[in-house]
Amino acid sequence: MTTEIDRDHWRSAVKFSPFYNKLKDHDMVNMWHRWAGYTVPTVLENTTFEYFAIRNTASLFDLTPMSKYRIWGPEALDYMNRLLPRDMTKLRVGRVAYTAWCDDEGMVIDDGTVFRVAEDEYLLCAQERQMEILKRNAIGFDIEFEEISDEIAALSFQGPVSCKILKNMGFKDIETMKMFDLRYFDFPGGEVMISRSGYTGDLGYELWMKNEQAEPMWDAIFDAGKDYNIRPIGGNALEIARIEAGLIAANVDFSPANETVRPGHAKSPFELGLDWIVKLDKGVVFNGRRALLKEKQQGSRFRFVRLDVEGNKTACNAYLFDKENGKNIGYVSSAVWAPSAKKNIALGFVDMPHGKVGDIIWAEIYYKKELKWNRRWAKCTVMDGPAWNPPRKTKTPPDDF
Amino acid sequence: MTDSNKNKYDAIIVGGGHNGLVCAAYLAKAGKKVIVLEANSQVGGGAVTSELCYGKRISYCAHFLNQLNTHVLKELNLAAHGLKFAARDLSTVSLDRDGDHLILTKNSAKGGGITKEEAVAYKNFMMLIHDYAKTLGFLMDSPPIDIFNPDWDDKLAALKLGWKLRVGLGAEKMSELLRMIGMNIRDVLNDEFENNKLKGALSFDAVLGTHTGPYSPGNFLNFLYRYAAGDSGALNIPEGGMGAVSNAIASSATASGAEVRTDARVRTINVENCAVSGVTLENGEIINSSMVISNANTKTTVFDLVGTRHFEADFVLRMTNYRMRGAAAKLHIALHALPDFKGLSKEDLANRLLIAPDQEDVERAFNHVKYGETSPSPMMEISIPSLVDKSLADNGHVLSATVQYAPYALKGGWTEEAKAAFLETCIDRIAEYAPDIREQIEHAEILTPKDLEDRFGMVGGNWHHGELTLDQMLMLRPVPEASRYALPLDGLYICGAGAHPGGGVMGAAGRNAAKAILKGEVK
Repeated sequence: MTTEIDRDHWRSAVKFSPFYNKLKDHDMVNMWHRWAGYTVPTVLENTTFEYFAIRNTASLFDLTPMSKYRIWGPEALDYMNRLLPRDMTKLRVGRVAYTAWCDDEGMVIDDGTVFRVAEDEYLLCAQERQMEILKRNAIGFDIEFEEISDEIAALSFQGPVSCKILKNMGFKDIETMKMFDLRYFDFPGGEVMISRSGYTGDLGYELWMKNEQAEPMWDAIFDAGKDYNIRPIGGNALEIARIEAGLIAANVDFSPANETVRPGHAKSPFELGLDWIVKLDKGVVFNGRRALLKEKQQGSRFRFVRLDVEGNKTACNAYLFDKENGKNIGYVSSAVWAPSAKKNIALGFVDMPHGKVGDIIWAEIYYKKELKWNRRWAKCTVMDGPAWNPPRKTKTPPDDF
Repeated sequence: MTDSNKNKYDAIIVGGGHNGLVCAAYLAKAGKKVIVLEANSQVGGGAVTSELCYGKRISYCAHFLNQLNTHVLKELNLAAHGLKFAARDLSTVSLDRDGDHLILTKNSAKGGGITKEEAVAYKNFMMLIHDYAKTLGFLMDSPPIDIFNPDWDDKLAALKLGWKLRVGLGAEKMSELLRMIGMNIRDVLNDEFENNKLKGALSFDAVLGTHTGPYSPGNFLNFLYRYAAGDSGALNIPEGGMGAVSNAIASSATASGAEVRTDARVRTINVENCAVSGVTLENGEIINSSMVISNANTKTTVFDLVGTRHFEADFVLRMTNYRMRGAAAKLHIALHALPDFKGLSKEDLANRLLIAPDQEDVERAFNHVKYGETSPSPMMEISIPSLVDKSLADNGHVLSATVQYAPYALKGGWTEEAKAAFLETCIDRIAEYAPDIREQIEHAEILTPKDLEDRFGMVGGNWHHGELTLDQMLMLRPVPEASRYALPLDGLYICGAGAHPGGGVMGAAGRNAAKAILKGEVK
């Protein structure tokens, strides 16, 4: 797919999502930011309201700026199996998988979701742009690939009543979709793809459609869900939800290996707590395999930790220590007050062998009180998994409201 | 289809080029069960002697033996295995149309309008070059220094290099070497000399076998390389042509217990569970071994024999970008009788003859190749080996020449017409110095860089199997991930010119590979 480039494209370097006008209708505070060239809302009305829509009703987040790729051809499976550390022979048609991918040194380039849409066709959805990575991986494979980031409009529809609303819209049997299923549904203008996936650690779906279907879809969702307090949300609310769900973000929790200049600043999947996606024994070569085998034998440098932080001061940018005033052993990469878990939590990295589940470590937290910096030591407990992981995330069929 | 599982080998060597044979010989000497699989009916790769026409034979690719590794010569006892020299330490004669030829030896220059002062300058310059070559030459005799995980040998080699540079050469010459090492030959020669003929001849040696002209950066290093390998770069001609060198190595390898099979083209190098498991031959025969050492071109090994999917992507990209552009063609002429080169005796003609009158001419000849054209007035290195080796021609003589420049990808393609036209250009060029040559021609043929690729597997027509430039040398050759002869696939190694220290008939890559492999086993 190629898009005709507008003659005057150089006058502005801002892209507008096909949901832009709809989002604008809900905008009360004019807080926007730039994401992959698009202007997207940071907050539309109030972060707290928006966050609670994710957890208590239903939220709509515009995913269009995500990097999206289509990969197809006779050797698409072999290609994906070499690109990704997961065993791609296990991913059936109609299924989605979360994955990361590495360079030859076993350092993570990015993470995202891969959709097997046909026997020999995949979609890849990533945070950062991946064309160059896909290109170098294609040498010697009978496949084709293209970027479809600007051709596919995408919505993340998350919250406990999201299934009910989709059902009301007439998407038949949507309630039978299991976590990480994907299906195609009829919609005016052509089929749309819906996957049961998300970035909130909750019940939710992602809807993938043509740009021209974006506004009709938006309207249809609002029509079907008018009694369910649907709320469009900005990036701030999603950020709280993803930290609460213990999920990592590129360029926040890890520096993409292909953009990392300083030696030792990239991280391996083991160091990001993604051991479960690395199938060293899958029998075929994948990027980073040799380095990861070595790391497995010799040990990792860091451990990814999810922390329960004492007190009410968020541990943003905090250093981590083995004891109060002790030795610096790591740092916090993301921190937030988790409203549903009702915990002060942080994600971060500590030097091995620190940070086993249940270990106590200390955060030195700097915070501002009426423009004046203060400092506080907070005791942190390494949690066993994310702070928020409700049964409804995976329950099939979801509760009917 | 037979599966010869019972014939388990410690190592399979894919390709019986001279480096493959050298590697086999060293491994066999160390007690390994080794088999060399050569696609053609004779071993040797680029070091072969083939029939040119009835009763006449010629060194079909390489034609001077100026870089054979002295350790290989001694340790494999090649003399006892039949290697004899028809001529040793030949001079270079740079041809002049009017008969005022320039004659160069290791330390003297005469004729060609060379003044007494310039002859002294040449002597001093060559002494400096040989000093440099002696300083750096030892690096060719061992696997490149591992700068990431140096062991004692690596640390020792690094110390030795430092010592040789700072103490051996002394501060002044070391500083001068560092100034010169990245330079182009034109600037170096313009610093030193006035005589155009001398500069032409020396600049030719810097661009020989490369895709560079005298103005191209970095080719002084290539000039230095000639003298750093072998017996200080002395020009020798083996009796029986270059094939005799390969046969002697093969004989030595066989005597040590290696098996050498010809007409055994490897179709694939097999991979099972992320490690090498053996090879499948063109005829379907499968030979198993957990170690495969490829003497084939590194790109051919990665892309065709193994397949990119068995490697990780960054390595594949690096290999894709490994430069191997050839710009030299090979000319063979069967002669009824010796043509008359003005002012040269029969004895003079036995030397290395050069057509490289001026370095500006060399650069002009190079210009064309950049745009996919052949040089209308090409440069040449000519040998008439039948003058020193009667075994090559029952009657008459054979002439062999390396011609620069011819592009690998000629505009419009290397059609029969294009080849015939370039052959005529080359003969005309020689006729400028030997006007009666056409009357003596019995048969003439030219191998373009494309032919060199097709016949000898030299991808891109580059006889070094990877251009020898600073970024593709030592621990960067062919790529940093594979500089120690092990490719990033368990059980797979390389031993050819694509690995350190590169091409030319040296045998050093094969020896180093065997060393690295044997050492890896001890660790």
